[in-house]
Amino acid sequence: MQYSDIVQEHFEHPRNVGTIESADAEALVSNPACGDVMHLYLRIENNCITDAKFKTMGCPAAIAAGSITTELLIGRDVEAALALSRAEINTALGGLSPQKVHTSVLAEDAVRAALKKYRQR
Amino acid sequence: MRQVYLDHNATTPVLPEVLETLLHYYREDFGNPSSVHRYGRRVRVVIDDTRDCVADMLGVPASAIFFCSGGTEANNTILQGVAAALKGRGRHLVTSQIEHPAVLDTCAYLAQQGYTVTYVPVDAHGVVAPEAVRETLTDETILVSIMYANNETGVLQPIADIARLVRQRGILMHTDAVQVFGKMPLRVEELGVDFLSFSGHKLYAPKGIGGWYARPGAPLQALLHGGHQERSMRSGTEHVAGIAGLGKACAIAMRDMHQEWERQQQLQQCLEHGVQEQIPEVRIQGAEVPRLPNTTNVAFAGVEGEALMMSLDLQGVALSTGSACSSGSLEPSHVLRAMGVPAAYLHGALRCSLGRGTTLADIEYVLEILPGIVQQARALSPSFAS
Repeated sequence: MQYSDIVQEHFEHPRNVGTIESADAEALVSNPACGDVMHLYLRIENNCITDAKFKTMGCPAAIAAGSITTELLIGRDVEAALALSRAEINTALGGLSPQKVHTSVLAEDAVRAALKKYRQR
Repeated sequence: MRQVYLDHNATTPVLPEVLETLLHYYREDFGNPSSVHRYGRRVRVVIDDTRDCVADMLGVPASAIFFCSGGTEANNTILQGVAAALKGRGRHLVTSQIEHPAVLDTCAYLAQQGYTVTYVPVDAHGVVAPEAVRETLTDETILVSIMYANNETGVLQPIADIARLVRQRGILMHTDAVQVFGKMPLRVEELGVDFLSFSGHKLYAPKGIGGWYARPGAPLQALLHGGHQERSMRSGTEHVAGIAGLGKACAIAMRDMHQEWERQQQLQQCLEHGVQEQIPEVRIQGAEVPRLPNTTNVAFAGVEGEALMMSLDLQGVALSTGSACSSGSLEPSHVLRAMGVPAAYLHGALRCSLGRGTTLADIEYVLEILPGIVQQARALSPSFAS
């Protein structure tokens, strides 16, 4: 399994690991096929994501996907965050192998699930 | 940085003495053994010598040993070759759920060709019960294939007991002994099998050489046709250097077998005690049953094996998650699933497989870095409440 330098770097030094106390939005999503689990926490102020934290149980690609997703989210407004796609995560990671694309899907699912709950409250 | 190789079940380094042998048969005695002139005659001798050596190791006549490219080809030849030879008698094969892909995928292929295959389950320790095999046998059954030691857990299967029940019914018995060959004494007579597969690169010979034992007279059709090598059972110019290297590696394995078994068993105990003492919520697969002394399959709750493997790799330790053949697939190990390993542990398994080059300092180094790596992965895991 070959990973891009970006995946490797995010795996070795994941950004924004952790939780947010009384987060404005959060979601726990999983992929039963491979066992990956991702928990995403968001701080949202004036419709803008000001902080994002994550925890992931999964392979190096899943950890890197969680890490880069938090970086891509911080500073976006809710609409722009909802537009974050698996393709964008995949590109930002320098391209995932077909076997590992599902990790970007999990990250996208986490963002959508968290923001859906946020909008419904 | 210290480099520690703990993946000997995937492959082993070629020993210096074996490499010298290889080079000799590439440089000087490079002839084709089928040639009638002196170049051919000179290399035929070494093929005979290796055949004698392997036959001695297994306690069988030399004429029962056939060389091929390795374990996968040997398994394919026996499964497909018996199926073809006996298709008029029956079309049912029996194997286990924990076999190597070289057996499982060949069975899947045979199933496409109109054969039926029964996959016998294992217990929580990873052992195939002889009685469970017996219950699957029918008048249509032509072959039972059960591995001797599992490549992921090292757990030994009761081959002699299984073979007795199978052969009582007049059914042929095969064992894939790739992980055992050269590690512990292997006597075909005691095992009671009709076929046995072995590979060179798990015992410090090169990749691309291996073979099988076939009981004289046992029905088997060749997979490869051509120049009548290996008494027409495996055509293709012999891998002379590989065969010579295999002979050398077998001689060394026989010489050091007992000593290496004891030495590696001590290292295994040291590794397993250390892991269990320093890291909470770990599971060692097959710890309570007979196992190879070089294989430790250890699972850590709440983390993913590949992430642990990568972190270890960054610190110089090379090992694998389950088997190298299935890494890259999404599914957790078919072996651990068959054993019913709890979900929390299923994705967090590492296979440490020791070898001749493994030292106590290697194990101490692993025990020094592993607790921190597991702790770090768990800190990242939403599935692990610390």
